[in-house]
Amino acid sequence: MNYTEIMVRYGELSTKGKNRKDFISRLNGNVTKVLNGIDNLSIRPHRDRMHIQLNGADYKEVMSRLQKVFGIQTFSPSIKVSRDFEEVKKVALEMMKEIYTEGMSFKVNTKRSDHNYELDTNEINLQLGDYIYTEIPGIAVEMRKPDIKLLVEVRGDGIYLSNQVIKGAGGLPVGTAGKAELMLSGGIDSPVAGFLAMKRGVELEMVHFYSPPYTSENALKKAKELTGKLAAYSGPIKFISVPFTEIQETIKSELPEGYLMTIQRRFMMRLTDLIRKNNDGLAIFNGEAVGQVASQTLESMVAINEVTNTPILRPVSNMDKTEIIKIAEDIDTFDLSVQPYEDCCTVFAPPSPKTRPNLEKAIKFESELDIDGLVQRSLAGVTETIVMPNETFLDEKDEEISDLL
Amino acid sequence: MIYFDNSATTKVNSEVLNTYNKVSTDFYGNPSSLHKYGEKAFQLLTSSRQQIAELLKVKPSEIFFTSGGTEGNNWIIKGTAMEKRVFGKHIITTSIEHPAVINSVKQLEKLGYEVTYLPVDKNGFVRPEDVKQAIRKDTILVSIMAVNNEIGTIQPINEISEILTEYPTVHFHVDAVQAIGKNLEDQYMNDRVDFMTFSGHKFHAPRGVGFVYYKEGKRIEDFMTGGGQEAGQRSGTENTPAIAAMAKALRMLKEHEDSSAKQQLELKKMLVDHLEDMNNVTIFSPVTDKYAPNIICFALHGVRGETIVHAFEEYDIYISTTSACSSKKGVESGTLKAMQVPENIATSAVRVSLDDTNTKEEMLLFINALDEIYNHFQILN
Repeated sequence: MNYTEIMVRYGELSTKGKNRKDFISRLNGNVTKVLNGIDNLSIRPHRDRMHIQLNGADYKEVMSRLQKVFGIQTFSPSIKVSRDFEEVKKVALEMMKEIYTEGMSFKVNTKRSDHNYELDTNEINLQLGDYIYTEIPGIAVEMRKPDIKLLVEVRGDGIYLSNQVIKGAGGLPVGTAGKAELMLSGGIDSPVAGFLAMKRGVELEMVHFYSPPYTSENALKKAKELTGKLAAYSGPIKFISVPFTEIQETIKSELPEGYLMTIQRRFMMRLTDLIRKNNDGLAIFNGEAVGQVASQTLESMVAINEVTNTPILRPVSNMDKTEIIKIAEDIDTFDLSVQPYEDCCTVFAPPSPKTRPNLEKAIKFESELDIDGLVQRSLAGVTETIVMPNETFLDEKDEEISDLL
Repeated sequence: MIYFDNSATTKVNSEVLNTYNKVSTDFYGNPSSLHKYGEKAFQLLTSSRQQIAELLKVKPSEIFFTSGGTEGNNWIIKGTAMEKRVFGKHIITTSIEHPAVINSVKQLEKLGYEVTYLPVDKNGFVRPEDVKQAIRKDTILVSIMAVNNEIGTIQPINEISEILTEYPTVHFHVDAVQAIGKNLEDQYMNDRVDFMTFSGHKFHAPRGVGFVYYKEGKRIEDFMTGGGQEAGQRSGTENTPAIAAMAKALRMLKEHEDSSAKQQLELKKMLVDHLEDMNNVTIFSPVTDKYAPNIICFALHGVRGETIVHAFEEYDIYISTTSACSSKKGVESGTLKAMQVPENIATSAVRVSLDDTNTKEEMLLFINALDEIYNHFQILN
């Protein structure tokens, strides 16, 4: 079908009273960002829905990108027809035939915002319904739960027809909840935590620790590529990489093995918090799940969390691994996460870390180190890049290689 | 020179050879090495696998590189035999398979496996109902070629697949060495086929490289044990120059597969039309959609196939007696014998095999030479 526009229905934001305007303008901005690069579109946000005029652009591409925008409840591709009712009938029938399969039922649902139109709402419902009923033998009429709802909207500039309702990503527009930092390792959990944070409207910046030469270039690329996957839901994301080698080497050589992990994590948390502050973030998200590994027991959380008062949010904390994996597969980060490039969490993992570290002991051991110096030197080496939606880093399409093949 | 023996092997394409050379000199790192240079070779290997998988619409993890068709057939057959020996020792194949299949199952017979060699009808086709009848409780493998290398029959793989859907645990292997690139994919690539064998040098890649399709979820025993390359199933440092060259050759083949298959069929039709007007000639490869577009097997009665091959040499034209693998041994064709073609006709058969590089002019020259040779022997006889 030659769809002329996509009608977008807002999600939960309908309930957000006076903030509504901000939400809509944020959603408008986000939609504009994800549709960037598709020519000729005109996006018009209204109070209760948004109209995206295609002006000849590929509707499938537009719809597939919209599917990843939080704050959209549903959307419908629609066709604008002239006010000639014969034309309306003809196009409506074509649309119905396109999706009708044997045994389906339908109803016509008309909204008339232009009250000067020759037919009123009931007349349109009846006449169009009759026409389709006679032209498609076997189609049933069903008022309560029809399989196909043919929406007819009479507006000043024409009549808009649609008969499909596609589910959007739901949630709140990214950015409406403010900004926060995500501790992104490269494993399965942290991208899922990031996805869930964004779904609640949080704009994220990624904080990734790396330890060359213990970790390879590929571990860093993998984290960036995961960021690219998440950026498909939010638009470009700031990726902040933090050198961690000196801190890890120092802890390993100076402190008792049982506390390596706890104290490393305390440093990570400190650094993330400082980065958050510099970037005006409001909270820290991470991919910890209660009891999953030694660093994620409640005792460990107590010992690690102590370095800051900033809210630390753990969206996957109560999920089973299988539930987390399910989401990772849905958002297409799973295959990437399981690629075997060691990150800095595993490189220096002691053989038997304390699952119940003691906060006082951690503080005492740590005090033997030059905490400020270590933190400042690490911060001085921080680099920032902007990762674009679906940007890839691991198999950078190496031109040399594509030329060979 | 006119080269009409493309089912035996093909000329390496010059662009493909460039890739081979460039990889050999500029990307010669070992894909298993940790350093960047090895990483680059690994990327090349991955991209090659990906490209081949995309071209065949399968997953990259389902493509395993080998040294060619013979290895592929050996691996799948013996790998199945080893893996599934506790479930049974019965194998079904046909009497017209390539020696790489026939001799692999013969070797297994010595180890106590039982093999059913299905007959073919007088035109060289396996009957699907014969497959059904041959299946036993202890059958572990059915191995049937997609396109016969001697006369070009397209075997009814889809119908056999349908029968085999009722026996999901039986491995179904298709030797597709002669079928690739002839626009026949929908006749042998389907969901029921578990394994397929391919060989690079049949489509303008160098010798010594090929690949198998190995369906996800199926399992055969490892073939070469060693350093764990190819997911541990086929060890040995990867032949990256040849693999990259093969990926490129397959891309080039696929780019014009439709038109080149049509062109080959045109040429085949020219020759077959001509042969039909001649007396004392038997055509084993008529022009129908049940035969590959590029293979024409025919016999000039009363003249031995090798004599005809040598006679064409005088014109700088190269064809073959039936298949290259058995032609030097002077034995009659396995396929024609299975079709119960009388021995005197079978021994006078020759095979013309075309590919995308052959032209109409070449075929006209060939037909001229054929007429001269034919007349010469008619007089002698």
